[in-house]
Amino acid sequence: MISNDMGMFLIFLSAMIVNNILLIRFIALCSFFGISNSMQSSIGMGMAVIFVMVMATTVSWLVYHYLLVPLDLLYLRTASFILTIATFVQLEEMFIRKTFPVLYRALGIYLPLIVVNCAVLAAAFLVIDYNLSLAKSLVYTLGVGAGYFVAIVMFAGIRERINLAPIPKSFQGYPITFITASLMSLAFLGFKGLFGL
Amino acid sequence: MKLVQQFTKGILRENPILIIMLGLCAALACSTNATDALGMGIAFSFVMTCSNVVIALIRKWVPGQIRIPVFITIISTFVTIVDYTMKAYAPLLSRSLGVFVPLIVVNCIVMGRAEAFASKNSVPASLLDGMGMSVGFTLIITLIGAIREVLGNGTVFGQILLPASYQPFLFFILPPGAFLVIGFLMAAQKRLFQKGGAK
Repeated sequence: MISNDMGMFLIFLSAMIVNNILLIRFIALCSFFGISNSMQSSIGMGMAVIFVMVMATTVSWLVYHYLLVPLDLLYLRTASFILTIATFVQLEEMFIRKTFPVLYRALGIYLPLIVVNCAVLAAAFLVIDYNLSLAKSLVYTLGVGAGYFVAIVMFAGIRERINLAPIPKSFQGYPITFITASLMSLAFLGFKGLFGL
Repeated sequence: MKLVQQFTKGILRENPILIIMLGLCAALACSTNATDALGMGIAFSFVMTCSNVVIALIRKWVPGQIRIPVFITIISTFVTIVDYTMKAYAPLLSRSLGVFVPLIVVNCIVMGRAEAFASKNSVPASLLDGMGMSVGFTLIITLIGAIREVLGNGTVFGQILLPASYQPFLFFILPPGAFLVIGFLMAAQKRLFQKGGAK
């Protein structure tokens, strides 16, 4: 379990590899299976997730600690987080389009899609559940985002090869994809216990 | 379409997990044993059915441009109700499901049905659609949970099923086991119900 008295590096490593958000924690699987059929879009989605996740966690951390806690409105957590994130992604999209057109073209349609990506909301909830400070929340979120990126890009690479392989008819398409994910998850499970995590 | 069909389509023909492939996070993460899986299924069913009905009720007064934030607010209200009820009456279940209860908000099935069905159809039809999807989801997630619990622990709903000589296969309780079970279920579904393999 992650806690506030762990070092920055351990938090990052734990979030990225040992508790990989896709393969070990099972969060954001819809986009994982939906998008990983092309390498190009996996890279785009991975970058967009890292970017939005770090920003969104910062905002929701501030909302939680400076708005919900002092006003005793904890039961509004779920609603306020999702609305904050949705609003924030909209603002972010407008801002990037005006100021960094190159980045905007690279992230493209993935920015709005991220509102419904559970990874972003999950990261925002988890840093609150783990009771992390703001700096450590950022490190944790960066780790989660990097883990998402690594997993989805590797998976896209494997899926491109699978398309060429002879596979029994019933297993073609999604079934074999899940079994591949199972094997990859098994590989990530091997990191368990690394540095005592 | 007849009303009965609105209900039955969610169970098999448009099963949310196996066919439409939505709501996978909850289906995989909360299925380490049959009890957790059933708990998740019930929590999900409540949110799904209630939000479908409410969205169908107010669909005529919600302007098109702001419908998504309105839907999200409605869904998160029901999720908060479930979250707090579960914390009060089933604290153990609430702890083992953890972050996945609040994450029902972004469960794509709920949002998908709100957008694709409840915002265009009458209240009774939306109620049946929501119930059908709920039953389909609960059945499959409980099935996955039961398979993983039998193979990984030799029990179902905590009751010992296999003889003591059975060596539990821990693999199925761990994350890779979930992917494997759902992969094989999908393949089985494809083989049994899609004769001719036309897809």
